[in-house]
Amino acid sequence: MQNPAVEYDYTVAKWFSYLAILFGILGMGVGVLIAFQLAFPELNYIFGQYSLFSRLRPIHTNVVAYGFTLSGIWATWYYVGQRVLKVSLKESPFLSGLAKVHFWLYFVTALLAVVSLLFRVTTSKEYAQFEWPLDILVVVIWVMWGISIFGLIGLRREKTLYISMWYYIATFLGVAMLYLFNNMAVPTYLVTGMGDPLHSVSMYAGSNDALVQWWFGHNAVAFVFTVPIIAMIYYFLPKESGQPVYSYKLSLLSFWGLMFVYLWAGGHHLIYSTVPDWMQTMGSIFSVILILPSWGSALNMLLTMKGEWSQLKDSPLIKFMVLASTFYMLSTLEGPIQSIKSVNALAHFTDWIPGHVHDGTLGWVGFMIIAAIMHMAPRFFKREIYSKKLLEAQFWLQTTGIVLYFSSMWIAGITQGMMWRAVDQYGNLAYSFIDTVTVLHPYYTLRAIGGLMYFIGLFMWAYNFYKTMTAARQIEEEPKFASPMAA
Amino acid sequence: MFGWLEKNPFFFAVGVFVVIAFAGLIEIIPDFAQASRPLVGTKPYSVLELAGRQVYIKDSCNACHSQLIRPFKSETDRYGMYSLTGEYAYDRPFLWGSKRTGPDLHRVGNYRTSDWHANHMWDPTSVVPGSIMPAYKHMFTNVTDLETAFAEALTVKKVFNVPYDKDIDGDGKIDVVLGDSPADFEAAKQRALQEALVIAKETKREDLVNMVKEGKIPEIVALIAYLNRLK
Ligand code: HEC
Ligand code: HEM
Repeated sequence: MQNPAVEYDYTVAKWFSYLAILFGILGMGVGVLIAFQLAFPELNYIFGQYSLFSRLRPIHTNVVAYGFTLSGIWATWYYVGQRVLKVSLKESPFLSGLAKVHFWLYFVTALLAVVSLLFRVTTSKEYAQFEWPLDILVVVIWVMWGISIFGLIGLRREKTLYISMWYYIATFLGVAMLYLFNNMAVPTYLVTGMGDPLHSVSMYAGSNDALVQWWFGHNAVAFVFTVPIIAMIYYFLPKESGQPVYSYKLSLLSFWGLMFVYLWAGGHHLIYSTVPDWMQTMGSIFSVILILPSWGSALNMLLTMKGEWSQLKDSPLIKFMVLASTFYMLSTLEGPIQSIKSVNALAHFTDWIPGHVHDGTLGWVGFMIIAAIMHMAPRFFKREIYSKKLLEAQFWLQTTGIVLYFSSMWIAGITQGMMWRAVDQYGNLAYSFIDTVTVLHPYYTLRAIGGLMYFIGLFMWAYNFYKTMTAARQIEEEPKFASPMAA
Repeated sequence: MFGWLEKNPFFFAVGVFVVIAFAGLIEIIPDFAQASRPLVGTKPYSVLELAGRQVYIKDSCNACHSQLIRPFKSETDRYGMYSLTGEYAYDRPFLWGSKRTGPDLHRVGNYRTSDWHANHMWDPTSVVPGSIMPAYKHMFTNVTDLETAFAEALTVKKVFNVPYDKDIDGDGKIDVVLGDSPADFEAAKQRALQEALVIAKETKREDLVNMVKEGKIPEIVALIAYLNRLK
């Protein structure tokens, strides 16, 4: 597969990797704090109004999604793209210059975004909180990425697009379409010439706004937390294990199936709401169908390891990736279950939903990004991974954290849902709302501890990465498959 | 066919786009016009209420509160009549939320009063022991940005034909007065101050009343105007 003539340029891939680590720590640090706030509300006031739960929650979601995850996606894009297309960024001064501008503009925008949320500049729409000037910057950044993808494709030596490329292209197109439609807003200053210039008002009202928002919101999950992560696993798992992808046909089926089905599933956020019934039903049905293409990819990955399971024991990186696809299967089974109308009636609005979200984000997204960056590190720095033991310890600590997180939220969510609807013998509501809040204290505490464990794991990762960069034993040649590690 | 697409990135991209755009078109377009029709008699937000709504958004109350009562007996018993699509016709953006860490607020105006809110927002646990809701003390000193609220009202009136300065319930009187240009802001501000004074007095808090008398509306007063409107 290797073409010795091409020398790849990892500069920007490295930068994005640093940023992924930085935003991972920042975003999940905030996550741990808000998790503790729900258990111990006094923690709301540690930085005055700037640390209130409601101020920090959107910062958490945006930093982990658009900071940590996007950085991870772009770190791998600027690495994988060159390799599967067999063309180096060095060959095009334009594209390598663009990559650097892309990075810096993104970094500045991300910082502005955090600051704006801290100072209450928000549209309140989930995952689309940024006000219009930031939206414009986001569009520019996105277009740059598009030029990077299609520019590199234009120069490629390998004519056939590898599976990962399909998924990167789909990520680019999907997010572009969704983001544009959902963020349509009218800046009030431009119409009236008065008031706050940052303020805007949504193009859509009420139920329509909800519909567009969740068509977007669900698929933001699809195209940020799923599609590009599949791009990663299709590259890094075969590479690290030295095994060819199990089935091309299965990849094909899963890819086109996923593209077709995903967009319909947004309706499952709106079950029993005021949007038309048929849409809720479609959302519910398509969510169940979504199991097929999702499990298709995940099984394809697990079967790639067929006959090679001993690697699971030997390599912490294989552990991270195999568990990632297992968590992907878990959340793509759990999601459809929550989309069934009668289950949704119980689960919606409860802690079971964040429980489900974090199976996917901690287990699947987080683990894949961690593994991808550690796989790239020896190639970046021509050194072996500093410590296998540390990586192993990180794996077990974080896995325990995830298990604590989702099991506590399952119990919390179902308890809450049952208490909200419980009635006494006369048919009156059995509990006042505050009863359903105080009962959750132990579960909130457990979740926060689980989150803290995952968070500590991030520091182990960062340290291991830093030592790999600066102190690990040097290697002569770029490793072909398994990443070399010091015990 | 797929083999060919994989060698022709342009057509590959077009193919992906068509497949993903398809669902959006079919799902979203057909009911758009109908869902945006207001329920008969629904009035747009007054400038003060809109300012309060902006405070609600700025402090992301929707991170913990929903505004969507689902059609189950357990919910209608707890919160009142289930929500109807026409009630949201003037909600830009919608504020349904996705998590009920706290109770639904869509009809909170029916069962909570101004002074209850003032005490509760100042220190939730003093009103509801065991509450995990944060206190929002900064709202008692921050001054409401009435101008932006007015700008928003004017924008939706002009761009989306929201019925300000119209007789909505057919009693021959204009229901929500706004005006047509930035020049009408002063008058709007005076109306908002009157509305605010009533609420400030209801909260029984001296400091709030004094601020309003000085021509400054504390954010909490605007927020309460909005919460009282949720019925
Ligand atoms: C951390 C989550 C959280 C945030 C953020 C939050 N609340 Fe609450 N809220 C709660 C909880 C829990 C309760 C129930 C206990 C209580 O009444 O204090 C509650 C209760 C309420 C009630 C009483 C409702 C009733 O039916 O009794 C109102 C009104 C309210 N909140 C308004 C707000 C407003 C306005 C904001 C934004 C400025 C806000 N809340 C932010 C958690 C939150
Ligand atoms: C240390 C790890 C983490 C902790 C402790 C944590 C904690 C939390 C908490 C407490 C909430 C709010 C839940 C609520 O309102 O009840 C939340 C929401 C959320 N988090 Fe995390 N989080 C972590 C990592 C991540 C990661 C890595 C991602 C994504 C890559 C992520 C994505 C989200 C999303 C999308 C939501 C919103 C969920 C919803 O609206 O239902 N989190 N998180």
